[in-house]
Amino acid sequence: MTRGTPVPEEPAVPVAAALPAAAFPDRLSPATLTGQSLVPRDRGAARWEPLGMSATPVLDLRGINKSFGPVKVLHDVSFTARPGEVTALVGDNGAGKSTLVKCIGGIHPIDSGRYLWDGRPVRVDSPRAASALGIEVVHQDLSLCENLDIVQNMFLGRERRRGIVLDEPAMEELAISTLSSLSVRTVGSVRRPVATLSGGQRQTVAIARAVLWDSRLVILDEPAAALGVAQTQQVLELVRRLADRGLAVVLISHNMNDVFAVSDRIAALYLGRMVAQVPATDVTHAQVVELITSGRSGDLGLPRDADTPPAPARPRTSHSAWGAPGQAAGPPS
Amino acid sequence: MSIDKSVGEGAAVRLADSDFAVDRRVQDVPAALRDYWNRVRAGDLGAMPAILGLLGLVVLFTALRPETFLSERNIANLFTQAMPVTILAMGLVFVLLLGEIDLSAGVASGVCGAVMAKLIVDSGQPWYVAVLSAIATGIVIGTAIGWLVSVIRIPSFVVTLALFLGLQGITLRLIGQGGTVPVRDEVIVALANRNMPVWLGWTMAVVVAVAYAFVQLWRWRQQSKRGLATKPVQLVAAQVGVVALALLFGTYLLSLDRAPSPLVTLAGIPWGVPLIGVLLIVATFVLGRTAYGRHLYAIGGNTEAARRAGINVVRLRMSVFMICSGTAAISGIFAASRLNSVTPDAGAGNTLLFAVGAAVIGGTSLFGGRGKARDAILGGLVVATIENGLGLLGAKAYVNFLVTGGVLLLAASIDALARRRRVSAGR
Repeated sequence: MTRGTPVPEEPAVPVAAALPAAAFPDRLSPATLTGQSLVPRDRGAARWEPLGMSATPVLDLRGINKSFGPVKVLHDVSFTARPGEVTALVGDNGAGKSTLVKCIGGIHPIDSGRYLWDGRPVRVDSPRAASALGIEVVHQDLSLCENLDIVQNMFLGRERRRGIVLDEPAMEELAISTLSSLSVRTVGSVRRPVATLSGGQRQTVAIARAVLWDSRLVILDEPAAALGVAQTQQVLELVRRLADRGLAVVLISHNMNDVFAVSDRIAALYLGRMVAQVPATDVTHAQVVELITSGRSGDLGLPRDADTPPAPARPRTSHSAWGAPGQAAGPPS
Repeated sequence: MSIDKSVGEGAAVRLADSDFAVDRRVQDVPAALRDYWNRVRAGDLGAMPAILGLLGLVVLFTALRPETFLSERNIANLFTQAMPVTILAMGLVFVLLLGEIDLSAGVASGVCGAVMAKLIVDSGQPWYVAVLSAIATGIVIGTAIGWLVSVIRIPSFVVTLALFLGLQGITLRLIGQGGTVPVRDEVIVALANRNMPVWLGWTMAVVVAVAYAFVQLWRWRQQSKRGLATKPVQLVAAQVGVVALALLFGTYLLSLDRAPSPLVTLAGIPWGVPLIGVLLIVATFVLGRTAYGRHLYAIGGNTEAARRAGINVVRLRMSVFMICSGTAAISGIFAASRLNSVTPDAGAGNTLLFAVGAAVIGGTSLFGGRGKARDAILGGLVVATIENGLGLLGAKAYVNFLVTGGVLLLAASIDALARRRRVSAGR
């Protein structure tokens, strides 16, 4: 998918024209198509920042702590997600990935720490508050209704209507143009019930729903778990395309091949601590596995004399889940 | 694929053409039929079992009782017989859509009928006060059920089973042991016992048929104008034709003189029929064309997904019980009209069984997420035909129970098997 020359909507931002084309989030989002915003939202400056390492993080967490009763799950966690980048969030089971995602998504309020959105401190204490900011979480169990069709699922809870009557043709057109703009071709008709879709197709619909709502940060919880090889490839390509549109993407995955195939950055959690958040090109497959299992790798990760509990002995078999080196998926096209 | 900001909506849609050609093509008739057959094979049976069952039953009873079953009088009788069950089933469809059940709907209709009768007979209230009070009573009962089910989170089966017993006590208290409250109010009695003038019946049938055709063709035009997938216009026309034919044929049957003596004329559509028609249109519109209806289907399909999509599941779950009991009140009024009285056992016995059977036979799933308002009409006709036919055959009471129970089980089995089929077809 290539991008055309974007034309800034607001003439008040002349600097936009001077920025590289890639700096712009896809201008053909459905909301732009119809000339009206589906979810009116204050567009922050991040939308106009150029991509790359210098981009202002759309999400910036600093020193997040979270306990459930006596159990401290997140220790002083810092985490950033930048527009146009895929940030992989890795960690072993129980490292705190899900808790961190739930804190971001407003399901669990944070105990302490700073939650910055576009550089401004915000309070996110409910899922509604998170989605008002433009955060969309695509859960592992998909959250689709099998008895409804693709269009109905994509607009669920946010139906467009004319008076009290649902505006079916408008929703159908928006769904088609959104899926097309993501180059999703495999689902056939948008009027197919979700029950007849394969796992990969369902994942695609769930992700496309996030795009439809003009989200700015999409968190994908194990999107490729339980998918076949070809379907995984499709979903990963879609993940990459989301970032290319200028969205910040957080990808949670156990599969190192998937992580290295699409990620720009890798953030590793180890026993509730963020041990590293580094560009994916700076680390190797083995280093990431080491970070996940022992919390340090060479200069990366926890200091050697940290007052952290020693890494528990892990059975060798648990490593096989991350895939053997050599079978890495090719870079997405 | 190159996308430019300057392209408008139309152009983007044209671009999309390559990817979603299916959604842009006007299907031809064979393709549409093939599509339908594939859906049926995948377990999406729709109205087919009910229509086949109805045809089968009509053929069966006509063969067994050729002189009485298809007589003008019996046909009219069948329609009024089907009314209370159909209305009750229509309310139940809302509850069943969420995968819940309301076992107390039958006796709730009895309580509401008793409230209405008592208000007319004992307090001398005009009929509209009595009717509104009955419906309000139904809504209060539904609110109580809905609160217990969706806020307290008691399974609806238990709540409504308890009310099934409790409400019978209320009816008994209102009417008194062994008593009967006669209903003589002209308007109420007319519902099931008086007919529209023949000319009015014909006018109404024609108007409804034309309106239906207009709505269908208008929607088809809207879709094709936007370049979205449409059914072939021939199929739309055929659908309109079948519905219009059924309407006009029904009107014709009910417009024949069915008086037992040649001295008087008894012809026309019972007044209750247009009322059911209004209920059907309203329910179909709410379920199919509003966000509320869409959300009900969503909750029935995947409650957690609906919750995450921001749908207020608690409130909607409560609302369906209110709708169900409110509709049950209307059903109770019809039953009172048909019998000209309310007895302490009104709505008890097999009333609810018939209504649930009607909804399920019509195609509403007991597992939630699937069902339409018209299911109640189709299923109600099937149930009434069985009841009516067995009555003509002079079947003993025990046969009646056995057959009706068997039919409900059969419908539930078809529902369960079709569901398994759908799950396995969903690759």
